[in-house]
Amino acid sequence: MFGLITELSRWAIPVVLLMVPLIAALRGVKVYETFVGGAEAGFATAVKIIPYLVAMMVAISIFRASGAMEALVMFLSPFLNIIGLPAEVLPHAIMRPLSGGAALGIASDTIKTYGPDSFIGRLVSTMQGSCDTTFYVLTLYFGSVGICKYRYSIILGLVADLTTLAASIFIVRTIFGI
Amino acid sequence: MVNFIWLGMIVFGIIVAGANGNIEAVTRAALDGADSAVKISISLIAIITFWLGIMKLAEEAGLVRALAWLARPVMRFLFPSVPKDHPAMGAIVMNLSANILGLGNAATPMGLIAMRELQKLNRGRDTASDAMCTFLALNTSCITLIPTTIIGIRLLYGSADPTEIVGPTIMATAFSMCVAVVVDRILRRLYSGRRW
Repeated sequence: MFGLITELSRWAIPVVLLMVPLIAALRGVKVYETFVGGAEAGFATAVKIIPYLVAMMVAISIFRASGAMEALVMFLSPFLNIIGLPAEVLPHAIMRPLSGGAALGIASDTIKTYGPDSFIGRLVSTMQGSCDTTFYVLTLYFGSVGICKYRYSIILGLVADLTTLAASIFIVRTIFGI
Repeated sequence: MVNFIWLGMIVFGIIVAGANGNIEAVTRAALDGADSAVKISISLIAIITFWLGIMKLAEEAGLVRALAWLARPVMRFLFPSVPKDHPAMGAIVMNLSANILGLGNAATPMGLIAMRELQKLNRGRDTASDAMCTFLALNTSCITLIPTTIIGIRLLYGSADPTEIVGPTIMATAFSMCVAVVVDRILRRLYSGRRW
């Protein structure tokens, strides 16, 4: 099963790159002109994202470097202990929606310290694999079309992240025992 | 909400830094953050340009429309405000498929195309539409089949079975995707008529 999925991931893009131009050509599309015409908007889209991403990443960077994140972790850990989240994975849980790179750093550090096959190591691996960098995705996607009023998106994203967190704890406990 | 979080991170960060006698870290962190944001955007130019070209071909060939048609039953349920066979549907399906397969490089440009199409349907120009909120919720909570990076790290630190977390990851993400769909429905109703 695992091998099949890996193989599927490896082949997906080459197959798309083969089939799309081929089918387009068979249907009478001028492939080269059409590709260039579509690709034209690439630069403008990427540049449009810059102010949104700068705003968000500056705030996250200050929040991390100042030690405010550790303060938040200390403040939250008694509450999260109640729902069964070990204090060791809390920095990762808080960083995961904010910054992909930083969360990955924390995850690999935690795995190094506690071992990949410990409860903490398995939990942090599952959390790293299943959560997404919610703030980055929202900033990037909304920024690319000039939207700055996110309505309930952030709440929804955070609810999804918390659900994933709780589900990860429950599933890892159940499958691997404590 | 975003104003509050953004301001909160900066104000709280600066106060804590000041209290810790670590105030010079703030200036450096601000510039570092801006620097990595610009670097990320610049590095996105290549993949966005490339995939926008491929997606244009797929659109002209009728493939995006065909994909939207195939996924119609699910998509109509999830996105009632998007007209059936709209190009946004095809782009959303492609983005979610790429996400599920763990093809991050391809997923982002397809998602941006989906957002562009959704923005065409969105009359309030700087306010997120219902469909956008649903799409982003699905995107961030989406099922992940193979978390490649973390498997690599587990391997690096000598795990006896690096891929044993694949099952738990699939289960956790499948569960959170279901919850996201339900919570999205509830919030959509609560916020209906509110344009902020």
